[in-house]
Amino acid sequence: MSLTAADVAEIMRLLEQSSFDELTLEMEGIKLSLRRGAPGAARTESVLVSPAAAAAPPTLAPAPTPMPAQVPTKSASTDPDVQDVVAPLLGTFYRSPKPGAPPFVEVGATVAEDTVVAIIEVMKLMNTVRAGVRGTVVEILPVDGALVEYGEPLLRVRKSG
Amino acid sequence: MAIRRILIANRGEIAARIIRTCRKLGIETVLATSAADRDSIPARLADRVVCIGPARPSESYLKVETIVHAALGTKSDAIHPGYGFLSERAALARLCETEGVVFIGPTATQIEAVGDKLRARSEAEAADVPVVPGGAVGSVDEALALARSVGVPLLVKAVGGGGGRGMKLVQTVEDLPAAMELASAEAGAAFGDARVYLERFVTSGRHVEVQVLGDGAGDVIHLGERDCSVQRRYQKLIEETPAPELSDALRNALHAAAVRFARRLSYRGAGTVEFLVDRPRGTFYFLEMNARIQVEHPVTEAVTGVDLIAEQIAIAEGAGLRLAQSDIHSRGSAIECRVNAEDPHHDFRPSPGLVSKASWPAGEGIRVDTHIASGSRIPPFYDSLMAKIIAHADDRPTALARLQQAIAATRITGVTTNLPFHAAVLSNPEFRAGGVDTAFLGRVELVTHG
Repeated sequence: MSLTAADVAEIMRLLEQSSFDELTLEMEGIKLSLRRGAPGAARTESVLVSPAAAAAPPTLAPAPTPMPAQVPTKSASTDPDVQDVVAPLLGTFYRSPKPGAPPFVEVGATVAEDTVVAIIEVMKLMNTVRAGVRGTVVEILPVDGALVEYGEPLLRVRKSG
Repeated sequence: MAIRRILIANRGEIAARIIRTCRKLGIETVLATSAADRDSIPARLADRVVCIGPARPSESYLKVETIVHAALGTKSDAIHPGYGFLSERAALARLCETEGVVFIGPTATQIEAVGDKLRARSEAEAADVPVVPGGAVGSVDEALALARSVGVPLLVKAVGGGGGRGMKLVQTVEDLPAAMELASAEAGAAFGDARVYLERFVTSGRHVEVQVLGDGAGDVIHLGERDCSVQRRYQKLIEETPAPELSDALRNALHAAAVRFARRLSYRGAGTVEFLVDRPRGTFYFLEMNARIQVEHPVTEAVTGVDLIAEQIAIAEGAGLRLAQSDIHSRGSAIECRVNAEDPHHDFRPSPGLVSKASWPAGEGIRVDTHIASGSRIPPFYDSLMAKIIAHADDRPTALARLQQAIAATRITGVTTNLPFHAAVLSNPEFRAGGVDTAFLGRVELVTHG
């Protein structure tokens, strides 16, 4: 008995549709462990730059436009009462529904699970981001209009109740 | 326009390969990675990394809008799609065209022209490039009539398919209706296009392809051929150039046919025209064109000394062809083995996991393209290619000897690899004689298992 790539893909699909977060399957000679990749579990880390990359060859072309600031993505809060709201997808982060409008939330605001806290725009498609947690906003990390990566912390919320 | 920053919309060894040339050219790189590849070697080599989504390709590497948004957001001038993933999706090329991002590859229209097998076939016919006898069929009755005129055995293929998927071999006309129904249903599910066509099945064929470069304005050159007949279930495992045991007349005819085909499309960038060489008949047929850089491009680079990625970038910048046909000189012989994390003793099933130790070979004429080092992880979500080991020498026997030594010197622990399989093929007398057909591997497998 063995598992093909198609079998594993099928099992992954079943897990995806189930209410479970983890699956361990043991068969003759095979142990398969799958864990659901919840956005909340995706901890982004600062990018490692190898020594070789640091010693990049001299740039021959005219200096490129400066790379938009790459804010070192902060690691998850270690305070168990503080939860990160992370970007569910890569895109441009907006704090308010349209330019000039007041932000969805400010530091100190109280949020519930379904409170809209930001918009992430991908090629003009606006995606709302909800808090997913009940509590008080303690920090808003990216600046308005910044490119945020998948899994990047957007807000920190001190959980209540 | 000068390209100064490239977003690489790919992973694995090809991402590392593209970064290497970009560094040489002084071009900055932004690597778009999934969450599973954030700590990969390409991610460490790139100037910047942006995480575009979760591990599953459908939520990361295959998201056209996200890739273009990432390129715009990082102020990248161009996108290099590598191979696989979005490299042959017209939608990406088209969105790049509308958003003013340079797509390092052909135009969206050219991708569409070669991506549809029926259209590619009619373009080949128009360019006076021979095609396998056969044609599109709309009904079982039509299929039966065509089968009687072309003869069996026949292949039933999906119009939108590739890599052998959705293909069925039919030995007798009686088996055709059922095979057609199955192929059509599979093609509909896999590619969203249930159209199928029939073609003559060549009993002994070799897969020989020709590398071309086009400037997009009708000028096309070729960089010789590659023999990729060592395949398992239509997946290439060993590739070499020049194709051994091929007459000069046939070789020249293949080169000329590839150039005619690409010229007809005013093809832009690097592409590969694939042919089936019919051994018993001593002729060849057009199979398809791959509108991207190929996995096996290094063998061509080894013998010609041309950096194909650099030429792709130059063409995308609008520099046209920097090389004339008379500038292309092929020296010696080059052979490549694809090292995959899969178990040759268990039907080549994938063997993902942690590579506890990886020690790659080095030496005269040896090139290794890889993204795997000791401690690397091979995620289960992607293909199992770990490295390509390429040997180059003045002649084929020396290249073979170097490759055998290189394979023997490679040490991988933690995952199972197909290295023993490569060692077996490289010492096989039929392979060493050269010019094996695509059925060769099936016979070798029988020998190894028997």
